[in-house]
Amino acid sequence: MSAAGAREALTQIHHEEWARVVASLTRRFGDLDIAEEAAAEAYATAVERWPADGVPANPGGWLTMTATRKAIDRIRRENKRDDKQREAQILYDDQPPEPTGVIDDDRLRLIFTCCHPALAMHTRVALTLRMVAGLTVPEIARAFLVPEATMGQRITRAKAKIKAARIPYRVPSPEDLPARVSGVLAVLFLVFNEGYLATGSGTDPIRHDLTAEAIRLARLIRALMPEDGEVAGLLALMLLTEARRTARVCASGELVALDEQDRGAWDTALIAEGHRLVRERLATGVAPGRYQILAAIGAVHTSARDIRDTDWSQVVALYDQLVRLDRSPVIALNRAIAVAELDGPEVALAAVDRLECELAGYHAYHVARADLLRRLGRSQESRTAYDKAIELAGNTAETAALTRRRDQLVSLPLSLPPSLPR
Amino acid sequence: MQYLVSVIHDSASLATPEEMAAIDVFNDRLQAEGHWVFAGGLGGPDSATVIDNRGEETMFTDGPFLESKEYLVGFWIMEAADLDAVLKLAAEGSKACNRKVEVRPFL
Repeated sequence: MSAAGAREALTQIHHEEWARVVASLTRRFGDLDIAEEAAAEAYATAVERWPADGVPANPGGWLTMTATRKAIDRIRRENKRDDKQREAQILYDDQPPEPTGVIDDDRLRLIFTCCHPALAMHTRVALTLRMVAGLTVPEIARAFLVPEATMGQRITRAKAKIKAARIPYRVPSPEDLPARVSGVLAVLFLVFNEGYLATGSGTDPIRHDLTAEAIRLARLIRALMPEDGEVAGLLALMLLTEARRTARVCASGELVALDEQDRGAWDTALIAEGHRLVRERLATGVAPGRYQILAAIGAVHTSARDIRDTDWSQVVALYDQLVRLDRSPVIALNRAIAVAELDGPEVALAAVDRLECELAGYHAYHVARADLLRRLGRSQESRTAYDKAIELAGNTAETAALTRRRDQLVSLPLSLPPSLPR
Repeated sequence: MQYLVSVIHDSASLATPEEMAAIDVFNDRLQAEGHWVFAGGLGGPDSATVIDNRGEETMFTDGPFLESKEYLVGFWIMEAADLDAVLKLAAEGSKACNRKVEVRPFL
C-alpha cells in the first residue's frame, strides 16, 4: 500500500476505532487518563509503522493491543502498579447491566461518563470530543476559540474530577436513562449548532468540521441505542439541516434564508436518510420527543420542492405539539414565524411581540420582528429592529445578510414576497 | 467511598419544625440503608474563630476565614458507592432540609 493509502486508511480507522480503543482501555485500567494517552501513543505508532509495514489485517485489534502494552508500560514506568490497580477500582461497574434493550458496549459507558450531569456543559463537550470523537486538544481548542492551554486544563480537570468524585463508568439504570440520554444529546446538539451557525468574527460562518463530527457521534449513538426515539430524532434533525448546508451561504458570504435557497443544491442522499428516520419513528406510534418533532418539521421543509409548496399548516401543527413539550420562548418564536405563513405577518408579529421580556437579548427575536415589520410596510420600525439584530448577531454570514436586508428597506415596494426563517 | 455533603445557606436561621421533621425522616433512611456516617448543624459564621499557629505565636482571629453571602450551615458525611448514588441522596437531602447542598469526595 502507498504511504498516502496508509494515511487514508489510518484516518478512517481512527474514526471507526478511537472510541472503542479508549473505551476498552478505560474499562480495563479504570483510568481515563491512561486510556487516552495509551490510545494516542498507539495511533502515533501506527502513523510511523503502517506506511512502511502496511495496515494490519485487524487494525482495531492491533491498536487495542498496542495501546494496552503502552498503558502497561506507563504503569510499570511509574512504578505504581499496586496503586494503579487499586485506582482501577475507582472507575468500575458494580452490577451486570440490566436487560434494558441497550447494547452493552464500552463505548456507551464512555459516552455517559463524558456527558455526566455533574460536569459543566462546556466540559462535557470538550471531553466527548476528545475521548469519544478522538479530536486532539488543539483541534477542540480551535473549534471553540479557546486557547489550547485552557482547553487542555479543562480536559485534565474533568478527568481528575471523574476519578476523585468517582463518576461511574457504566450505562445508567433504566429509570435514569431517558434523562441521561437527553443530556448526551444536548452535548451533540451543541456541537452541531456551533458548526451550523458558528460564532466569532474570525471563523467560517458554517463549520462543517463540527457539524460532521456531531453527525458522526449521533450515528455512533444511534448504532448503540437503535431503539431510542430521541437519538433517531436528533440524527434525522442534523441530517435534514446538514443537507441544506451548501445552499445556506451564497458566494458573497451571506446567509441565505430558506425561501431564497437553491433547493437543487440540497443533498438528496442526506434528505432521504433523514426522511427514512422520521418515517421510522412515526411508524412506531410512540409519542415523539422534541428532537423527533424538530426533525419532522425539517422533513416538511425538505419535502417541498418550492417554498410555496411548503405545508405550513403541518409545520404549525408540529410546533403546537412542540410547545406543549417545551415552553421555551425560542420555540414560541419559531412557531410565530411559521404562523406568519399561515395567518399573515400581523398575527405573527403580535405573537412575537409577546416574547419581548424573555427574548429582548436574542438576535433571532429582532430578526423575526424586522422581517415581519418589513412585510407589513413599517420600514422605520423594521430598520430599528434590523439594527438591533445586527448588533446582537454573532455569525458573520448572518450579519452580512441582515445588513443587506436593512439597507434595501427604503428602495423596496410595500408588498414583498414572504420572507421565511433560515 | 465517603462524601461530604455540605449544606449551604444565606442565613444562620435554624430549620423550621417542618424542615426538622423532614431531616429526621431522611436521616433515619440514611441509617437504615447504610449511608449514614455523621451529620450535624453548625453555628453561624459569627461564632467562628480562625486559628493560625504556623508562626511563633498562635493567632486567633474573630470571625470566619472567608466572608461570603452564603456559607456552610451544616453537613452530612455519607457512604455511597459512587457519585451517581450520592447525587441522588444529596438531592433528597436538599429537599428535606430545604437548602442547597454541595457534594465533595473524601480522598
